[in-house]
Amino acid sequence: MRPVRELLRRKLALLGLVVVVLTVGVALAAPLAAPHDPAEQLFDGLTLEGAPLPPGGSYWLGTDLLGRDLLSRLIYGARTSLLIGIAANGLAVAIGAAIGVIAGYAGGWLGSALMRFTDLMMAFPALLLAIVLAAVFSPSLWVVALVIAMVSWVQVARVVYAETQALARREFVEAERALGAGRLRILWHHILPHLVSTLLVWGTLGISTTVLLEATLSFLGIGVQPPTPSWGNIIFENQTYFGSAPWLVFFPGAAILALALAFNLLGDALRDVLDPMQRGRH
Amino acid sequence: MNLLRRGLLAGAALLALGLPPAVAAPRQGGAMTVTYKDDVATLDPAIGYDWQNWSMIKSLFSRLMDYEPGTATLAKDLADSFEISPDGRTYAFKIHRGVKFTNGREVTAEDVSYSLNRAVDPKTQSPGASFFHAVKGYDEVAAGKATSLSGVIVVDPYTIRIELSQPDATFLHVLGLNFASVVPKEEVAKYGADFGKHPVGSGAFRLAEWSLGQRLVLERNKDYFKPGLPYLDKITFEVGQEPLVALLRLQRGEVDIPGDGIPPAKFLDVMKDPQYKSLIVQGHQLQTGYVTIKNTIKPFDDVRVRRAVNMAINKERIVRIINGRAAIANQVLPPGMPGYDASYKGYPYDTAQAKALLKEAGLAGGFSTELYVNNTDPNPRIAQAIQQDLAAVGIKASIKSLDQANVIAAGGEPDQAPLIWSGGMAWSADFPDPSDFYGPILGCASATKGGWNWAYYCNKDLDGAATEADAIADPAKADERAKKWGGIFTRIMEDAPWVPIFNETRYTIHSARIAGPDDAVFVDPVHTPINFDVVYAKDAQ
Amino acid sequence: MASYLARRLLQSVLILVGISLITFALLYLLPADPARQIAGRSASADVVASIRHQLGLDQPFYLQYLHYAGRLLTGDLGRSYVQRTDVASLIVARLPPTLLLMVGAITTELVLGLGMGIAAALNRNTSFDRALMVLSFVGVSAPQFVLGILLLYVFAVRLGWFPIGGYGSPQHLVLPALTLGILGAGWYARMMRSSLLDVLQQDYLRTAHAKGLGGAVVLLRHALPNAILPIIAMIGLDIGTFMSGIVVVESVYGWPGIGQLTWQAIQRVDIPIIMGVTLISACAIVLGNFLADLIAPAIDPRIKLR
Repeated sequence: MRPVRELLRRKLALLGLVVVVLTVGVALAAPLAAPHDPAEQLFDGLTLEGAPLPPGGSYWLGTDLLGRDLLSRLIYGARTSLLIGIAANGLAVAIGAAIGVIAGYAGGWLGSALMRFTDLMMAFPALLLAIVLAAVFSPSLWVVALVIAMVSWVQVARVVYAETQALARREFVEAERALGAGRLRILWHHILPHLVSTLLVWGTLGISTTVLLEATLSFLGIGVQPPTPSWGNIIFENQTYFGSAPWLVFFPGAAILALALAFNLLGDALRDVLDPMQRGRH
Repeated sequence: MNLLRRGLLAGAALLALGLPPAVAAPRQGGAMTVTYKDDVATLDPAIGYDWQNWSMIKSLFSRLMDYEPGTATLAKDLADSFEISPDGRTYAFKIHRGVKFTNGREVTAEDVSYSLNRAVDPKTQSPGASFFHAVKGYDEVAAGKATSLSGVIVVDPYTIRIELSQPDATFLHVLGLNFASVVPKEEVAKYGADFGKHPVGSGAFRLAEWSLGQRLVLERNKDYFKPGLPYLDKITFEVGQEPLVALLRLQRGEVDIPGDGIPPAKFLDVMKDPQYKSLIVQGHQLQTGYVTIKNTIKPFDDVRVRRAVNMAINKERIVRIINGRAAIANQVLPPGMPGYDASYKGYPYDTAQAKALLKEAGLAGGFSTELYVNNTDPNPRIAQAIQQDLAAVGIKASIKSLDQANVIAAGGEPDQAPLIWSGGMAWSADFPDPSDFYGPILGCASATKGGWNWAYYCNKDLDGAATEADAIADPAKADERAKKWGGIFTRIMEDAPWVPIFNETRYTIHSARIAGPDDAVFVDPVHTPINFDVVYAKDAQ
Repeated sequence: MASYLARRLLQSVLILVGISLITFALLYLLPADPARQIAGRSASADVVASIRHQLGLDQPFYLQYLHYAGRLLTGDLGRSYVQRTDVASLIVARLPPTLLLMVGAITTELVLGLGMGIAAALNRNTSFDRALMVLSFVGVSAPQFVLGILLLYVFAVRLGWFPIGGYGSPQHLVLPALTLGILGAGWYARMMRSSLLDVLQQDYLRTAHAKGLGGAVVLLRHALPNAILPIIAMIGLDIGTFMSGIVVVESVYGWPGIGQLTWQAIQRVDIPIIMGVTLISACAIVLGNFLADLIAPAIDPRIKLR
């Protein structure tokens, strides 16, 4: 429990945690929290000439270009962002960890091949690859999550690889091998437990990246399909109005920033707490 | 009071009275700046088919026919005179003498022949090749069996005869398309595939400079064969400019015309601003936005279902969503197109009747389907409005918002894309004739894989009627032909393969120092968007 | 050293081959048909077929790839389907603005990032330090497209201090460079802070102090240079993030660089351009990584060439 108390002692981490919990709560309670149906294009939601309504009055955060309540769309958008962010990152960490562990532990030509493949994927500009993948597959929520995972697993793989290699060479592992313990057993009992903290850190920090990536893909028009709201596609649909209706860009933008920031703060604090030797970039 | 002061007071008084300066005839000289968001792809007239380069090519090259500025009325361009044989199969043109390419050489009938053959040659990969299908010998050239059209005959250096395999009422329009522009053989040979970046023509302007991705400059062709034209000395096109930025720069006096029009976000503000009211030009494009209903996918093979879809959509609300920048459409043809029926009522917005029709067709519980749309704003929004309307009568349409090319590909398949919102992709007229709205998008020949008849609508009777109508090549019988076409499109609407939603209204704004003989040249239906040949600067020296 | 270079070169070539193959395969899977794109909407079926044949699109996948790779070796990146210009000249024309943008972004990263990091380290554990670190987190967490729109709106549209997008003068560069560079600035701020703190605690500095050298001198001549070096070594790795960032930033600001070209090409499924840009980006990333790996041991002898 000491790490948890350590974590809670850091104010920034606490802030991050609060924001995350709040967002998750809002997302789960969306039907209760949202004042309107996020997909309902209300007749009163637009002026007679078709302009969106500013914040205030019956629509707290104003309406969007189809006359839908922005607040409700933001609340349901939290679901999309969280769902994709967590699923994509979970998948990315799983893939990256699998590849990293196998490469690091097996070594030899398999390890080399896997790491060369990882280097290859690293050289791909992430957003370009995501855009092309999104164009190839028929879009849906899960395809978007899959696409994001495909471009995010690489860094996890490299870190896990390095750690696994280091762990595999440690003396006690050598000792166990000498005693005749099976490879799988060593993997399970001695290596994986040490990787847990790394995976935990990545599992948290990574969500900030996947949330940002989902928002960017939606902003480019290739994320989740309408009318499902996502903070990124709200900005995409309404960006041409940013001069006259800036709230349509800034509220969802602030939401994306807050969520990404929260996961960053949380993940960073986790890393400090679980392994104070690691520092610098991811 | 001394003389100077009196003079000043008098001058001030005059200004205060707001007396307009004497309306001057257009003066030769001056320059203009136009902005576009997207890059200009190519200026090769056989290939260019974009919003940006269409009017540029019209101003860089000449062709046998053209249109009166600001209208859809045919006029002679390179052709000095022409004769059509009584059976409508032979056209003989005499071209102007002394017309020069900007490389100095005179334009002859040989050049016209070369250019037409080049447009049809498969190696050119011209998107406009099939417009010339009526010319004798087209099939052989398209199949690669011949290298030139047997129907294009050079009689003498200034006379050319074109023979058609069947009479075609649209042929003069086809000769007014950019694809029929005259190009010099030696320049094409010199530049090969890069001719599009180094265009040489006989139009009102010549290309002076092109920085890829940034700017193009057109300069007046001093040897242009039409006396007095063009007025402007120079036109600078800046590309990569967002419409919002372009508008703001116009307000600051840096830009004369935002080529992509007034951005939707600013539309309401600009329309209300007294300073800009007089500078806004409103025009109709020959364009219709519609939802295609794929006749080959159940349950859309039932005409009752298609009619129900027509009645379920609240077009007024959709037009409101785009700030009223369109007129509601109830038929295939846009207003201004011969054959348009102003008295036609179309299908009303009636959700009760729509539900009744669905019930009659055995679909009282509704059904699920897909609505395809391209992912460029504002089309996904319009699709969502349509989706909500359909849901109100029990049709659950899930939206597939994809890259334009992918939507087009899906539309061309018989078993994909049951509903498509055409916005951003189709259909605006290539030339102001109703047959252009039939053949490529509603005719049997295009109801194939990869065709643009996304509704897969095929009515053999109507195909026959269309061919008949197009055979009425005599210009004196134009009214009769227009009526025939009107009848064809009314019958199409009975089958309801589409839901026509709106006809976009084009709004252009120009700076106060630029003017044209008629405002319509700023929303030219053929030289889209602007007829650069006749625009002039009021402050030319 | 020579064998290391040779090995890296071989690796880089293999990586580029791999990337070209994967990208080519993905683009091959796209449902859109390039022949129809080029043939235009009024084309008849035989015109489309003829174009398809001319472009070699009716050949099996492996043949198409081999032809492409063969042309690549002669420096021919193919011709754009939509623009009909050769891809190489399109990319070359748009390279200078993108390079300029990257230089601007790196400058932002260094000035803002290092500045914040140094200020934070020197005021360690004060609320100023904490505020700066939170700010650096914000920089890392802000979505670049929102930042871009925000800066454009506030500083260009409302305040009018900068032009509203476009390209040409130094003023045009400021906002896009800031937008692209703030992400990296956030990272560098934190790295600089910890790097400087590490250095400040080292023995030889205490010796310098003991010798009587003033605080500022110690800082400037000894601490800073040593603290900055590991960070400079990382700049090469930024190229990867830039390659993704330029697509969005150039689109928001109307910057006529490679990012804008890429985005337009993807909309129209202009495969030759997409291939060309992906390869160029991958080259840049590989080069950047290579430089970073090369410089790092030169700066810190403890790191060996990998």
